[in-house]
Amino acid sequence: MNDRTLDISLTVNGARVQDRVEARKTLVDFLREDLALTGSHVGCEHGVCGACTVRVNGEIVRGCLMLAVQCDGAAVETIEGLSDSGEVSDLQAAFEQRNALQCGYCTPGMITAAQDLLRRSKKVPSRDEIREHLSGNYCRCTGYHAIVDAVEAVAQARAGARK
Amino acid sequence: MKPAPFAYKKVRTLKEAVALLAKHKDNARLLAGGQSLIATLNMRLSAPALLIDINGIRGLDGITKKGKFVEVGALARHAQVERSDVIARYAPLIALAMPHIGHPAIRNRGSFGGSIAFADPAAELPACLLALGGEVDIASAKGKRKVKADAFFKGLFETALRPHELVTAIRIPVADKNTRVGFAELARRHGDYAMVGLAASARANGKGLTDVRLAYFGVGDTPIRVKTAEAALADGNIDAAVSALDLEPHDDVQATAKLKKHLAGVLLRRVAAQLLETRP
Ligand SMILES: Cc1cc2nc3c(=O)[nH]c(=O)nc-3n(C[C@H](O)[C@H](O)[C@H](O)COP(=O)(O)OP(=O)(O)OC[C@H]3O[C@@H](n4cnc5c(N)ncnc54)[C@H](O)[C@@H]3O)c2cc1C
Ligand code: FES
Ligand code: FES
Repeated sequence: MNDRTLDISLTVNGARVQDRVEARKTLVDFLREDLALTGSHVGCEHGVCGACTVRVNGEIVRGCLMLAVQCDGAAVETIEGLSDSGEVSDLQAAFEQRNALQCGYCTPGMITAAQDLLRRSKKVPSRDEIREHLSGNYCRCTGYHAIVDAVEAVAQARAGARK
Repeated sequence: MKPAPFAYKKVRTLKEAVALLAKHKDNARLLAGGQSLIATLNMRLSAPALLIDINGIRGLDGITKKGKFVEVGALARHAQVERSDVIARYAPLIALAMPHIGHPAIRNRGSFGGSIAFADPAAELPACLLALGGEVDIASAKGKRKVKADAFFKGLFETALRPHELVTAIRIPVADKNTRVGFAELARRHGDYAMVGLAASARANGKGLTDVRLAYFGVGDTPIRVKTAEAALADGNIDAAVSALDLEPHDDVQATAKLKKHLAGVLLRRVAAQLLETRP
């Protein structure tokens, strides 16, 4: 090991991971190539498209703009984890029902960003607030309308269930 | 693309950071939020030999009122500044600008100091700092110094910072009851860098204004003050201020120079209205 290759220890979707990585490896490449978690996608590699959105220590980040070595000691969650735990199952169902995905390239990032908004909002967010929160996530297929519909429907359903 | 190989060092203290900078100078780059730096590494626009990760330095992310200044630590994240009561109360211009910076995931990582040090000509915070007449606290192995905003932004992505120096904090004069601020920008997509933007501050003087500072961004190599227009606005003449705008923007991927010039006038009218609005 030298300063160009480092040992890291972190949790990914709750499981402990120890690995040796090149300093230059981005978090999303580490997840996809070393851990075979290919749900996080790589689009632009400069922070613009949002396809690589994952959670680090509870906050959404760009997986392409963090290095894997920076996640030493961190808790990383990917769409695989959010999916397996059932945390986003209602969002997934609503995306399917409302045709909020076509090719699906943007969907993991979109759902991760949408869930970030929903779990932080104390009330049902407006359509404008939903659009704003998802403004950093590109979708080249759907035209966004159906995505906003799906997120809004889930927000309302969750608020109803809380009453 | 992927970054060229580099060495990585996570430092725990300011002393360690400036010592490494002194040793490696131009071959090293500080890594703060990484929201600009890692993008340039991925695109191989930059290939430093060493990244010095400053995220582990404690106490560099405070936001506090200290006498006549609000002090924002270099590592304060955009998201943290956006939620800060101290900022909302004592630095309202920054509060107005914050939601326009990037997108939620970017704001969770991007830092105040990184934004000032990077000095993107289309970025909000450098222009706000200039409009507010703030200052930048700088440290190096040789000691500390302060640079006023008017002397900090030198050219395209070029500042008064030297390669062995680090921004530790940004200081902004505390707003009082006579402080007036205004902010407006036009971007193609919410959160993207602006085509044109304007940050402004002034002091209320009866029904008029004094100490007007108008700082445009997205229209030149640095944030730009328009002093003739400032004087016209202080005289209460908005039309004269608009015709006095002496900006010389260039065409870029976002907009033509002609469109930018037109939009600069539109923004000035909006911001003038905000500055002149009487508050309770
Ligand atoms: C999709 C996208 C959209 C964005 N939109 C906007 C926007 O609309 N407006 C806007 O203002 N910004 C925007 N940004 C940029 C964002 O605000 C960055 O976070 C910011 O410009 C740089 O801060 P950072 O902490 O990420 O710095 P880094 O990327 O870590 O560093 C940037 C540069 O500054 C240097 N540096 C960092 N910290 C210090 C320090 N303390 N002392 C000395 N040098 C330092 C680094 O060495 C590097 O050269 C956007 C970014 C992305 C990816
Ligand atoms: S791949 Fe990370 S934002 Fe596009
Ligand atoms: S569904 Fe194809 S990019 Fe969004």
